[in-house]
Amino acid sequence: MALDSEDRGAAGIIVSAAPGDLLAETRHPPAIGPWRLAGRRLRRNKVALVFLALFVILVALCLLAPVYSNYIAHIGPNTNNITGTVDVNGQQQNVVSVSGVPIGPTWGSHYLLGADTNGRDLAVRLLYGGRTSLLIGAIATLIIMVLGTLVGLISGYFRGVADFILRPLMELIWSFPVVILGVALGTALAIGGIGPVKGNSVYIPAFIIGVVYIPYLGKPIRGEVLRLRHQDFIDAARVQGMGPWRIMFSEILPNIASTIIVFVPLVLAYSILLEAYLSFLGAGVQAPNASWGTLISDGLPYIQTTPTYSLIPGAMLVLTVLSVNVVGDGVRDALDPRAQVRVRT
Amino acid sequence: MSRFITRRLLSAVLLLFATSVVVFGIFEVIPSYNPARAIAGRNATATTVQQVSEKFGFDKPVYVQYGNTMKLIFTGQVIDYSDNLNVVDQFGQRFPVTLSLVVPAAVIWMLAAIALGSLSALRAGGLLDRGLMVAAIVGVSIPVFLLAAVLLYAFAFRLSWFPNTGYSPLASDPAQWAYHLVLPWIAIAALSIGFYSRVLRSNALDVINQDFVRTARAKGLTQRQVFVRHVLRNSLMPIVTLFGLDFATLLGGAALVTETVFNLPGIGQYEATAIGNLDVPPIMVGAMFTAFFVVLFSALSDVVYALLDPRIRLTG
Repeated sequence: MALDSEDRGAAGIIVSAAPGDLLAETRHPPAIGPWRLAGRRLRRNKVALVFLALFVILVALCLLAPVYSNYIAHIGPNTNNITGTVDVNGQQQNVVSVSGVPIGPTWGSHYLLGADTNGRDLAVRLLYGGRTSLLIGAIATLIIMVLGTLVGLISGYFRGVADFILRPLMELIWSFPVVILGVALGTALAIGGIGPVKGNSVYIPAFIIGVVYIPYLGKPIRGEVLRLRHQDFIDAARVQGMGPWRIMFSEILPNIASTIIVFVPLVLAYSILLEAYLSFLGAGVQAPNASWGTLISDGLPYIQTTPTYSLIPGAMLVLTVLSVNVVGDGVRDALDPRAQVRVRT
Repeated sequence: MSRFITRRLLSAVLLLFATSVVVFGIFEVIPSYNPARAIAGRNATATTVQQVSEKFGFDKPVYVQYGNTMKLIFTGQVIDYSDNLNVVDQFGQRFPVTLSLVVPAAVIWMLAAIALGSLSALRAGGLLDRGLMVAAIVGVSIPVFLLAAVLLYAFAFRLSWFPNTGYSPLASDPAQWAYHLVLPWIAIAALSIGFYSRVLRSNALDVINQDFVRTARAKGLTQRQVFVRHVLRNSLMPIVTLFGLDFATLLGGAALVTETVFNLPGIGQYEATAIGNLDVPPIMVGAMFTAFFVVLFSALSDVVYALLDPRIRLTG
């Protein structure tokens, strides 16, 4: 009513003209919601934007692995070529020498980064390995986000029996050293697989990492829910007759959304790192698949002669995790400049 | 105090029990895992496998097997399946190596973190402060085995400043001992320094603005006295908790990747080999060993809390 009061004032309704004029004097700029404010803060954070671009480039490179494999290297990621030769500066050289030593970087289109002991092209494996690492990280993060939020919501909102079961479970996983639990599960499942999923499937490490890190999100979410559930707007919703699930998802969830978002990059970074640890110890990605962790591990015996074997997958891994962490820091600062959320392995 | 000790002991026993059940359970669900075949060797006949299986009790129900394994562990008679070595003896022999790796590394990273964290809190926004922020975020982005590999390549192979791998006992020659361990120490310490000093810095900045610090300044204490006695003392707590957990897991064998890369014969290397061979007893003993240290150090860090802040009481 107040907004169109000028017209009415012209029509001679004096009573409504006075507050209309007052409003016109103290007109506020259009209100900005917390999400748009956060987006604006993030856009001002140049460092975070640069690392976001780096992350996008790295992901794009890994997604283009089949293109590189088909059109440049002309060899698949798991194609053995022990007896083959490769043209290096006009000379034909064995891909794997007679004594079993793989060729080093040729810096040409074939065997750009050299070969492994089976004569497989390391550059192709690097890109496919990156795809595996990122895929495992993404699936694990999805599992953690969905299950962690659910567990935190249920355990914090229902309390009682649900809390009595879920909380000690989270504490048990939490007090286990992550690497040992992951390794035990990884070695166990790598042999048997889970049901129809084969032992060397990349979904197994993703599943393990997802389970191991659920408390990472579940515990803080539970704490937030405990804090929220006694606030007036929850009581109001309950009095209106909303059921517990509707309250959880339409009242509580929007209020903890920023916490969940802050955890996404953190959990992604930790998942990619844990995958590398597990694969390094032989409990993660299984042959013939590669991941950055397995490539680093495979290259260690050659660190003296062909350091690129280990160190280039290592550099890709560190750049990826670093960019996720920097972007994550930016997101955290943008959503809550005073927050202190920071966890680690 | 006695209530505190009782509750902690109780939770320790519970955690150890849960740990052993979980590890044993995980390996019980492996369908194709047959320890009898591993013990009997590559060319064993079905009868031999059968005999071994009976001798070690693998044909018994799960809970009987679990009970037997636990009995063997606590009487110190458990042997691993791949080399027939006594697991408890192996842990005893290898533990000094892990100690010589972990304890100096922990001292390095705590001292460095306290020094750097304090300096960057005193000059917040300065060059050191910003440098540490970068170091902290890089530190949590590098897996320790990669840093170990880079150090090995750069300082042992390219520059030949340090021996490439191996271990030399402290008792025979302390200089050689340290010489062999410098790179592993750096590998473990470097990644933690940035993170720990960042945590210390942000706590110190919170404490500096509190009333009692202003009071301390107002009553005429020097800048150094205010910082060491009041600010530092109150901002050490979160670090103490972090340190307790990290140190405990390292002692229990979480240094396994560092030990593997540098070929140090500690308990971590033993655990890593056992993981590769699916050798359950060493993995179980290792997990319980770690759990033991986790409980011990979480109790110790609570005691340190009480020492740092007299307002906190040890109620468990």
